[in-house]
Amino acid sequence: MTPEMRGFLLVSVLKMLFVFTAMMIGVALLTLMERKVSAWMQNRRGPNRVGWAGLLQPAADGVKNILKEETYPALANRWLFFLAPALSFIPALLLSAVIPFAAPLPVDFDLTLGPLGRLAYHGLMPMVVADLPIGFLFVLAISSMGVYGIALAGWSSNSKYALLGGLRASAQMVSYEVAMGLSLIPVLLLSGNVSFSVIIHDQQAGLWYVLPLFLSFFVFLVSGFAETNRLPFDLPEAESELVAGYHTEYSAMKFSFFFIAEYANVVTVCAMVTTIFFGGWDIPGRWDEQGGVLQTIATGGFFFLKLMFWIFVVMWIRWTLPRFRYDQLMALGWKVLMPLALAYIMVICTAIYGIEHLAGITDPKLRSLGLFGVNVVMGLLVFGLLDSGVFIKGSNRRQQLSQAPPERATVTG
Amino acid sequence: MAIGVKVMKRPEREVSYVRAALKGMALTFKHMLEPKVTMQYPEQKSTTDWSISQRWRGTHRMLTDEQGRSKCVACGLCPQICPANCIKLVPGEDEQGNRYPLIYEIDEFRCVFCGYCQEVCPEEAIHVGVHFENAEYSRGRFVYDLERLQSQTHAVSTLWDPSDPQGE
Repeated sequence: MTPEMRGFLLVSVLKMLFVFTAMMIGVALLTLMERKVSAWMQNRRGPNRVGWAGLLQPAADGVKNILKEETYPALANRWLFFLAPALSFIPALLLSAVIPFAAPLPVDFDLTLGPLGRLAYHGLMPMVVADLPIGFLFVLAISSMGVYGIALAGWSSNSKYALLGGLRASAQMVSYEVAMGLSLIPVLLLSGNVSFSVIIHDQQAGLWYVLPLFLSFFVFLVSGFAETNRLPFDLPEAESELVAGYHTEYSAMKFSFFFIAEYANVVTVCAMVTTIFFGGWDIPGRWDEQGGVLQTIATGGFFFLKLMFWIFVVMWIRWTLPRFRYDQLMALGWKVLMPLALAYIMVICTAIYGIEHLAGITDPKLRSLGLFGVNVVMGLLVFGLLDSGVFIKGSNRRQQLSQAPPERATVTG
Repeated sequence: MAIGVKVMKRPEREVSYVRAALKGMALTFKHMLEPKVTMQYPEQKSTTDWSISQRWRGTHRMLTDEQGRSKCVACGLCPQICPANCIKLVPGEDEQGNRYPLIYEIDEFRCVFCGYCQEVCPEEAIHVGVHFENAEYSRGRFVYDLERLQSQTHAVSTLWDPSDPQGE
């Protein structure tokens, strides 16, 4: 092995350790943040007893969950029951490996470390564990693996509530994956690549994709909510109907793992939204083109701010909107988001063709502004129709359409 | 068909989904900025908004006279009226013929805190108290004997509102 390869291995391992630690601590703190945000929205204070302002609450929860008894339901499929938390946890964590969280860091070292031998690294180090050329395709592929954990947890518990939760989760995640995948095609059209670093550079050159691809962003965000099983789409664990859904039968640390997986998924979806639609670590203006360590730190901080903002929005929505009815959920996925994403691909294709080939505009900023105009028109139309309830109807609206007058309640023997 | 399903009348026109959702989001955000209403309980036991009612019926107190003896004359009315049968009373009599309780125990686990014992007591000796922090490490500690009942210092319940004795 050359010193360069060993140096690359060393920085990779360091980045892995950093991302893994940050992810685990961040996820633990997110459980606290969730409880704090919910408390503030209900004029309460939230947990504030353990540690300063409750900061050690996640540690206390963790200790409690480790010390609790692990229970197995009778007739549960023990192996799958044991495996399911890991199956939902691992994909959630894997995804954090491909999100670039700061501008590349200039690294230059050449040293000898005892048994490791000579290590060398010269040049810009991308601040991402694995800068995969397949970018968000990897995210789409791995995030859909998460459904195995949930479906198997539901099935192996040998409990009807858990089974129903698992079934709902698989149906929901499969449905929304379609819309999610389709909503990212306009991004591919615009940037010409699926790699996150290329997408970020394209956004630095032009505008953040949220402006030229606003409806894509909307579809992606809604599908992201559904993918992570968060309210308003938390039907897999709807406590009013299914006790606790797929993790009804889980206790102690195995239950915790589902929680960690859920929050890790939230972080991933928020990081995806930030990276794909809000410029990743990009700071608007010319400032962030100077390079250097300072730039890496500043962009990392800015990425963190954007990420926290989206995580806050996720929590904000959770504590505001009520849960969807199951048929409304499916209707939204298949009858609204999927056709919308498909139509949007057509519109964006046409618009890009028009702008680039007919009007001959190649400047990325002007192109983005042109697409933004298209989005304003289409967005007003879509939100107007959504708002008037044309797509998703109340129960009586459906009945009127089918011309069936509501039967009077008659109870006979 | 046997059972018809009641169909709710829901608004048909002038419904909004996106606007209503945004309105809800604005409302929850507004609440985030409002002052908190939580009372920090163990440190703070009453606020200007809330304090425990003087009519609260909690764990009992036995009042004592000037010599420190219990006011109880062991008439037996309180075990008689007690609906939960939680008062154990063994009467005794001294040389002057004054009756006093040899054993007076209240099982606070059986007690339903109705306050009848206080109402029925001719000597105003036994009272229910304005007190609710009763945690103990064993079940046995919840049977309060005479000494313990006498040594309690919390306020006694007024049972009714002094400003409205008729409950109107």
